[in-house]
Amino acid sequence: MSGPLLFWLAGSALIGLGVYGITVNRHPLRKLLALNLLGSGVFLLFGVIARRGAAAGLGGDPVPQALVITGIVVAFSATAIAIALLSQLQSKAGRTSLDDEPPDEEDRS
Amino acid sequence: MTEQVFDAALALLVMGVGAWSMMAGRITSAVIIFIVYGLLLSLVWVRIAAIDVALTEAAIGSGATGMLLIAAAYKTGRESGARETVSGSLHVIAVLLASSVALGLASLAFVLPGEPVSLAGDVLRSLPDSGLGNPVAGVLFVYRSFDTLLEKIVLLVALLGVWSLGSDRDWGGIPGLKPFAQKHSVLVLLARTLPPIGLTYAIYMTWVGADVPGGAFQGGTVLAAMWVLVMLAGVRQIPRLSSPALRAAIVAGPVVFLAIGFLGFVSPGQFLAYPQGFAKPLIVAMEIALTLSIGVILGLLSAGPSNGKDAR
Repeated sequence: MSGPLLFWLAGSALIGLGVYGITVNRHPLRKLLALNLLGSGVFLLFGVIARRGAAAGLGGDPVPQALVITGIVVAFSATAIAIALLSQLQSKAGRTSLDDEPPDEEDRS
Repeated sequence: MTEQVFDAALALLVMGVGAWSMMAGRITSAVIIFIVYGLLLSLVWVRIAAIDVALTEAAIGSGATGMLLIAAAYKTGRESGARETVSGSLHVIAVLLASSVALGLASLAFVLPGEPVSLAGDVLRSLPDSGLGNPVAGVLFVYRSFDTLLEKIVLLVALLGVWSLGSDRDWGGIPGLKPFAQKHSVLVLLARTLPPIGLTYAIYMTWVGADVPGGAFQGGTVLAAMWVLVMLAGVRQIPRLSSPALRAAIVAGPVVFLAIGFLGFVSPGQFLAYPQGFAKPLIVAMEIALTLSIGVILGLLSAGPSNGKDAR
């Protein structure tokens, strides 16, 4: 099996793992971690497509590569906002759960 | 043969470490494993000939994201400790869903159209006009510069978003990052000795980015890492968020980018087009301003919203 094919399979597995992590984990930070894993899997699929477009002496198509760089930065920005929201949730509500039921004790908002 | 064995081992390792970071018992371990995962993933990027992406993944995807996640894990992950998941049948459904997504995508590898589409030739053909040597930098700053401009705006909006989460009367105060101000600790020593090296490296990364892999983003991240180190060690005071110098550094990149973009209306007659023969110097000027802004924005994103000290 060639390298790009292997990495395509790895990217698919990572997306699957990310979907699994987002759905089953209760803690929002773990969901966020899973979201990042999912994102990196998608980027990797993009990278393999770029690799398939190797031409004109370049190892890969630079257009999808540049798109992935932009994507990584946007994913980072989203993560930063999500983390800020999460720490705000904790300091306002005293918990980090996303469940509907109210916190055990009094409402601390 | 050796290359194939290496690729196979790397692919397995990335999948294994990725899975481990999803399954790890403690949330802090999960985050640290995720950082390792990011570094391994950048090796994969090297293997598929995307060095610029590898640098970005190591710097942003693993380093900067990991820094935020670790801080958050220590702050919010404590009370739950062990990994809590949905129960019983829901878990089974999630596994089925996730594996069908993975298998579906994996099977696409075998049905992709035989003739790969590539813009590599087009990029290389017109790259010499820009004076740049790095095709990825060419795409980022010449062909798709509008994307790159908006990407910087996204960072700016993210920073505003983080700031807005502090309370209104704290606006513009000192960020809530707590320095570990222990005298004579290793951290203080590192914060005093590393920044000159890091600074030189950041300038180098930015400067060579026009011709070889590197660029404003990677350079800016190194800059941010050095600044966070200095702030954490308490070697220098964390500045007030309303400080005019700080605000100027934050917007320097986007402002220079926009100014050069509007200059395009004057000379070649189009937004974000560069005047004939001046493309490279203008791009390098943009990259320098962007490096400063990215470094400061990333540092401030990790420092968090104002804690109300010295607010106005």
